[in-house]
Amino acid sequence: MSTVWERIGARGDVSARRARTYGLIFLGVGLLIFLLFARGATADQATTFVLTPSGESQALPVPDLSVPSLTVLYGFALVCVFVGGWQLARGFRRVNLALGGVAVLFVLAFLTWAARDRSMNLTGLLSSALLRSVPIALAGLSGVLCERCAVINIAIEGMMLTGAFIAALMGSVAANIWEWPSWAALLFGLASALAAGALLGLLLAVLAVRFKVDQIIAGTAINILAVGITSFLSARILAEFQYLNNPGIFPRFSIPLLSKIPIIGPVFFEQNGLVYALFVLLIVTHVMLFYTRWGLRTRAVGEHPRAADTLGINVFRTRYINVTLGGMVAGLGGAFLVLGSVGRFDELMTAGKGFIGLAAMIFGKWMPFGAFGAALIFGFADALQTKLAILEVPIASQFLLMAPYLVTMVVLAGVVGEAVPPAADGQPYEKQ
Amino acid sequence: MPPVLELRGITKAFPGVLANDHIDLTLEEREIHALLGENGAGKTTLMNILYGLYTPDEGEIYVRGRKAEIHDPNDAIAQGIGMVHQHFMLVPVLTVTENVMLGVESVKNGIFLDRTSAAQRIRRISEQYGLEVDPDAYVKALPVGVQQRVEIIKLLYREADILILDEPTAVLTPQEVEELFKVVRSLVAQGKSVIFITHKLKEVMAIADRITVLRNGRVVGTTSPAETTEERLAAMMVGRKVLLEVEKGPARPAETVLKVEGLKVMDDRGNLTVRGVSFEVRAGEVLGVAGVQGNGQTELVQALTGLRPVLEGRVHILGADLTNAPPRRVLERGVAHVPEDRQRDGLVLSLPVADNLVLNTYYLPPFAQLGTLDQETILATAEQRVREFDIRTPSVMTSVSSLSGGNQQKVIVAREFSRPIRLLIASQPTRGLDVGSIEYIHRRIVEKRDEGCAVLLVSPELDEVMGLSDRIAVMYEGEIVDILPADQATKEEVGLLMAGVRRKEDVSATIA
Repeated sequence: MSTVWERIGARGDVSARRARTYGLIFLGVGLLIFLLFARGATADQATTFVLTPSGESQALPVPDLSVPSLTVLYGFALVCVFVGGWQLARGFRRVNLALGGVAVLFVLAFLTWAARDRSMNLTGLLSSALLRSVPIALAGLSGVLCERCAVINIAIEGMMLTGAFIAALMGSVAANIWEWPSWAALLFGLASALAAGALLGLLLAVLAVRFKVDQIIAGTAINILAVGITSFLSARILAEFQYLNNPGIFPRFSIPLLSKIPIIGPVFFEQNGLVYALFVLLIVTHVMLFYTRWGLRTRAVGEHPRAADTLGINVFRTRYINVTLGGMVAGLGGAFLVLGSVGRFDELMTAGKGFIGLAAMIFGKWMPFGAFGAALIFGFADALQTKLAILEVPIASQFLLMAPYLVTMVVLAGVVGEAVPPAADGQPYEKQ
Repeated sequence: MPPVLELRGITKAFPGVLANDHIDLTLEEREIHALLGENGAGKTTLMNILYGLYTPDEGEIYVRGRKAEIHDPNDAIAQGIGMVHQHFMLVPVLTVTENVMLGVESVKNGIFLDRTSAAQRIRRISEQYGLEVDPDAYVKALPVGVQQRVEIIKLLYREADILILDEPTAVLTPQEVEELFKVVRSLVAQGKSVIFITHKLKEVMAIADRITVLRNGRVVGTTSPAETTEERLAAMMVGRKVLLEVEKGPARPAETVLKVEGLKVMDDRGNLTVRGVSFEVRAGEVLGVAGVQGNGQTELVQALTGLRPVLEGRVHILGADLTNAPPRRVLERGVAHVPEDRQRDGLVLSLPVADNLVLNTYYLPPFAQLGTLDQETILATAEQRVREFDIRTPSVMTSVSSLSGGNQQKVIVAREFSRPIRLLIASQPTRGLDVGSIEYIHRRIVEKRDEGCAVLLVSPELDEVMGLSDRIAVMYEGEIVDILPADQATKEEVGLLMAGVRRKEDVSATIA
């Protein structure tokens, strides 16, 4: 080992040092799999992964996957050690890919160990992970829209909370007072949430762009405002009149053909309309950002507003539009929590998802699909927690809850070092 | 035929300053018109008015004989006026094509950017005017000289025919300046008209057809290179006679004061920007470090003064190993530091002149007694320094932020030079200063050398390094490629070394 340590310390070249650190991490993960999981399994145990969802599904049935726990764990540990050794000796050209692979192996090893002698519904776990990642992804997308034009939106949490409240209230009013058909009531609730998000976005834009208020403070103010108003109104109105907090939820529907694909089908294509809306939004935002005039101007305003200004681009207008759009997306995230998930509003129901969305945005390097990918990891960690409560795992539950986050943190530390925010992020623009 | 551009009685006041005072200026077709003046003379203000970034209080602008209303850059662009700003207006993370098309994007199928046709137009423009550039390259990966070409292409892409170049040579190597001059001449030959803003006399004499000199917001006069000399222009700019050459006798180098061995330093992003640098500076000599900005000079100076960790190598000052020593120990060893960014690293802008004058000695007697500041002594010393160094300030209690750049630099010089020092590390000591202040700072540096102080001078201004140094070290991509005696070095040789032509044989071959 001493030579390895010497090599880490001796060279000044950062990339080389970084590469070696990666190698050591891979070795360490292999060792952890061996120490934590493989030693806890015996040769006669088997882990069964169920690959067909438990409920009704269009997906073509797949046989369950039953594997000998110990052999698989040894295999995973060996692969990690080999990858680490290769990284130290030769180095991978795409080391982040290797890091992702090792992280996935660690999680799989964890699952194999946790579900030994039992069966675990993998498809169900992934499906629930996706559902939990949707609000985080929408929050991240809202952050991308705002920060790409250099306005930090820390108010996403508040915008989501307001969106959720309005969706519940207006959806219920339409459904239970005006007695609209349920699809119309749901759409009305959704539209109201979008409008509420847009209004709060506009408020943030006015504070940040027009009055040049510190964006963190402006955002925090909006968060506090949203918490106060929704909690107050929910206690005074929703708690009093239950029929005002019962808007219904968007029904699940399967997308023909695509939903038949094993595993992927039930995970991605047997969801409700709001989940599909997220997919569409991701594609549209990505294309808009990188292939249209609006996107080019947005990115220029976020990176070098003075340059954009000298070319006759209206920096202020760009920021107003984008932040308002970002508010709408956050409102959609709030609406999803109610209309796409539990069907009612609860106080503080966003529970930090807006902030986790910001982390997903950073992890995803300010790219729509990057933020979505990061949100999937967070959503998976969330889904796993619930799953573990059901499987009776023989370690203090607090430590088990930490495991997925630990993996996330390792991945974050590896990748975020290279994430660069838009150069003008958070700075108000002063015209000369 | 009316002139391409005519400014009549342009006046613009900022709080407390009359930046432009009834300025008249005419630009003829196919003319290179130099606008010469010190910093703060009003050149940039005038051009920002012309480009629609400021609104004038008074005055009129005529383009091709017709009165033009210019309220924002769009109006200027519509009139065919384009400007290359002193600090480039390029988005580093976008490609050349994206930067050029930004604001006038070509679009296909209604919404999608048409990068291909834009790139083709850029290639045509590059060929026509000799502005070589790869449209698909990312701007951040391009050297400064090429970035400037992108800026010029941006104007041509918008079909501007009145081009304003604001201090275009400030960031270029001598070779790049030559390239730029070629481009400017080719532009004029193909029917464009150019306003060339600068404070460098040599350039004006080399490129301009006519010269208008500004001082304190007023036009001092208009002349041409044939009718004037550098000395006369300098006198017009400053308002008195100025010495352009540094007067100094031969150096009498004595013992080694600073010894640097195999120094390696990283920048903030973790790139190795100083890659094994070794040199010595002796008492009584000036070692000048020449090099285009961003070749590791900043990190080198920060490492020497204890502001940035040294990764490898040693720094010895007067025999003591001060590698990675804290800045105060370095200062107490008799090192003075004139930092390259005086506003960020050299001064506390919101503090008064008096406090800034004792920033590195306030904790020592006579300024501090038993842990408290002795205000009386500090103020009395400040009064004395202000007189001695001719710092123009309303009082010693005025905050440094309200002083001009030249006087801010004098505050730093006064602070650093009034201590008993053995080594002076001066980084771009005259950056952004006018001819008069430059003359003053240069004289002070030579005085220090003659008193037996070792001087390390870092500057991207080749004239400054050549004029002040006894030996010249050329830095390129984090390495010192060569150290030459100043009396034998030629400008061409140093310029080529700065551009990365390494070996001596290469240099002589290229010159021949």
